[in-house]
Amino acid sequence: MANYSTNEFKAGLKVMLDGDPCSIVENELVKPGKGQAFNRVKLRNLMTGRVGERTFKSGDSLEGADVMDLEMEYLYNDGDMWHFMKTDGSFEQYAVEKKALGDTEKWLKEQVPYVITLWNDKAISVTPPNFIELEVVETDPGLKGDTAQGGSKPATLSSGAVVRVPLFINQGEVLKIDTRSGDYVSRA
Amino acid sequence: MAIDWQPSASLETLRARARLMAKVRAFFAQRDVLEVETPVLGQGGSTDVHLVSLHALARTDKGQRRLWLQTSPEFHMKRLLAAGSGPIFQLAKSFRDGEIGARHNIEFTMLEWYRPQFSLDQLIDETATLIMSVLPSFPGPLVHYRYRELFHTYVEVDPFTTSLERLRAIAAERAHMPAQSLADEGRDTCLDLLMSVVIEPQLGQHELSVVVDYPASQAALARRHQDADGEWVASRFEVYLNGIELANGYDELTEAAEQRARFAHDNAERRRLGLQEVDVDERLLAALEHGMPEGAGVALGIDRLIQLALGKARLEDVLAFSTPNC
Repeated sequence: MANYSTNEFKAGLKVMLDGDPCSIVENELVKPGKGQAFNRVKLRNLMTGRVGERTFKSGDSLEGADVMDLEMEYLYNDGDMWHFMKTDGSFEQYAVEKKALGDTEKWLKEQVPYVITLWNDKAISVTPPNFIELEVVETDPGLKGDTAQGGSKPATLSSGAVVRVPLFINQGEVLKIDTRSGDYVSRA
Repeated sequence: MAIDWQPSASLETLRARARLMAKVRAFFAQRDVLEVETPVLGQGGSTDVHLVSLHALARTDKGQRRLWLQTSPEFHMKRLLAAGSGPIFQLAKSFRDGEIGARHNIEFTMLEWYRPQFSLDQLIDETATLIMSVLPSFPGPLVHYRYRELFHTYVEVDPFTTSLERLRAIAAERAHMPAQSLADEGRDTCLDLLMSVVIEPQLGQHELSVVVDYPASQAALARRHQDADGEWVASRFEVYLNGIELANGYDELTEAAEQRARFAHDNAERRRLGLQEVDVDERLLAALEHGMPEGAGVALGIDRLIQLALGKARLEDVLAFSTPNC
């Protein structure tokens, strides 16, 4: 892979740091008028998802990381690995480990497209769509007529996620959920 | 993909910028400070080790010559001072290669002015008055700090007496760098890093902060003197607002021999670091030999001041076309 110098660091660039692929979140040049220049960089470690800060001397460089994001549909879980298939018509499949799946496990639904991040052709993370429609498999019975009042209750969804929903929601209903916050949006 | 040809700043911002520039000119007109225009290109350039100069090849009366784009209008303005111009100011396009970011642009506008017979304190006061006249509201009082005192407060080390080894360790830790990445660096780099990453963000919050008594090694083109603790320091100040460095002023060095030695020292350091040497400005040195009046001068990043005055997040928000968009 190519090397990138601090001047080329921009949000979204994938680089190797301490052996892990990282995505640059923010890069800021700091330079006293009469002194050496540095770059304060925020990076997201793509293996752990954690964002950390690192300062570089301006002109330092990092090796690029062979990372790409591909859209794939979820197929099934074989008890050990989770299987996805590319949506580009190639029918190519990738097996994903639990570690790479992370929190997305609770947002899995067959035939829904996810973004799979590959590093050196191996899946390292799975990002769900921002909004997903899931069925309520368990919740307390709905309160009739209570469509305007506040108040919420927990509901278990078909994917296993538990979200707070309004009191009027019933078992068997399909809901639209924001996967970034885990918030109920509306009835689907 | 469509090519983005639109200005970096909104037209409304550019109108506000023009009004602030007019204010700056009126400020100096009122004080009888002459506006001057000096060349952007020079046969000599800044030798400053931490500035990367751009240069252009030009066909001149002496054949093809390398001419340097100024990193500030300092040298030409000092030649005017030596010629007896009296107090002068300039809004000058300046160039520093590689500097792009929320507070940097390779090409930027420097407000620089010189005050023969002014003390550093007088120039600090005038700089603060200028800044406050451009800002839409009172930024808070002008508060003085000594460089050493800031390090005691925010880093809990003494910048002059702490061992280099300890400075390296503290700088690496506070800046989130692996310890070995500063293993070859000198004191000034460690101090610059701590200043930039730890101290600067704390400065100019609900006040206008002015910092004085920088280490003598960071004097650049300023005189040196012994401070109250007997430490040799640079006769220099910097002004900060909202964590942003706005201005850098000097009690100007007027001795030609000392200036020549500092240029030579810079170029020696450039050779050691494998950086391009810069042609020394012999005309500036000749002007100093002739004699330049004692006094103080200051360079202020006017784009940054306008950015703060208009409450914009990034420098490019107040530039017609930023370097990435030029």
